[in-house]
Amino acid sequence: MKYIDPHIHMVSRTTDDYQRMAQAGCIAITEPAFWAGFDRSSAQGFYDYFRQLTEYEPKRAAQFGIQHFTWLCINPKEADDPGFAREVVSMIPDFLNSKDQLCGGNVLGIGEIGLNKNTKNELIILEEQIALAETYNQMVLVHTPHLEDKLKGTRLIMDALSASTIDPGRILIDHVEEHTVPEVLERGFWAGMTLYPDTKVTPQRAADIIEMYGDERIWMNSAGDWGCSDPLAVPKARLEMRRRGHAPTTVDKVTFDNPQQFLSQSPNFSLV
Amino acid sequence: MNPQTKQQVVDTYFMEHRAKLVDIAAYLDRIDRGQGDDLSDFRDEAFRRAVEILLDGQTHRARRILELLSDHSTELPRSADGMKGAMGAVSLTDGGAA
Repeated sequence: MKYIDPHIHMVSRTTDDYQRMAQAGCIAITEPAFWAGFDRSSAQGFYDYFRQLTEYEPKRAAQFGIQHFTWLCINPKEADDPGFAREVVSMIPDFLNSKDQLCGGNVLGIGEIGLNKNTKNELIILEEQIALAETYNQMVLVHTPHLEDKLKGTRLIMDALSASTIDPGRILIDHVEEHTVPEVLERGFWAGMTLYPDTKVTPQRAADIIEMYGDERIWMNSAGDWGCSDPLAVPKARLEMRRRGHAPTTVDKVTFDNPQQFLSQSPNFSLV
Repeated sequence: MNPQTKQQVVDTYFMEHRAKLVDIAAYLDRIDRGQGDDLSDFRDEAFRRAVEILLDGQTHRARRILELLSDHSTELPRSADGMKGAMGAVSLTDGGAA
């Protein structure tokens, strides 16, 4: 078996995790830029982070036969200061042009952009990053807010995206749950389910959502990071689906075929 | 569609969810044993309302509980400065819930 984990923050994980993921069948990952657990004090800190995502992590992953791709942005948690956020966003175009997959050519688009506390400031920077994606013809990976803020934030984000010219088929809305996935799919976006032990969805609920809403335009990911999370969540969800009798083709579709189909819309994505 | 029969679902998941059910019961007992006066907490109020959904006989329980625990306000604050992180529920008396 092989699978893709299309959302995981490997900068926060150990090299052992790469090894265990490879042993479990992971052949490719995509790593969106995100909040490090503390606010960076300068735009230069983001520049170093973007270099880590585009130069260092692809090489670390390659040691275990895993292809590493990334998405760049300023995350919504640090986007509440528009002046600071604009300084960071202005650096992104320089990273979009390289073609060397092990040195900057692994950027698939803008992400994970979105909202955190659904503020006007966050929304302004979200709209400006959507405009950046439009200008550079980039795909978009969206972070939706946590817990009680998710429903309202997901709708605000979808409205902002729908006001752009970006084809919803080139946008993935991540961290969907039972109360947001129907509208995400109805509006033509792709949907990502994040498998977390306490928040977001469990492997059981991810399988439930596939049973209720189908296996088209949907994937699952671990979003493994510095918090409580599991870099092997995707293979565990595969086991859960097999345990309750889903066909191997369905399991492969949501953990390999669908991510490959969506990601292949970027010229920088190809599996070797 | 669910490939399992209703009986197979029970056979597969009963023990796992029996444990979660007892966890919820023990959590409520723990609150009862806690020190202090009667509890007044918006999260606790929302939690007990959510428990009622479990046995109301209607489907889409997970979705309806998530909606109950969601912010349904329409105004947007200017900045997140000074805000707390997500709390997992909203006050049901402040217009947060549908």
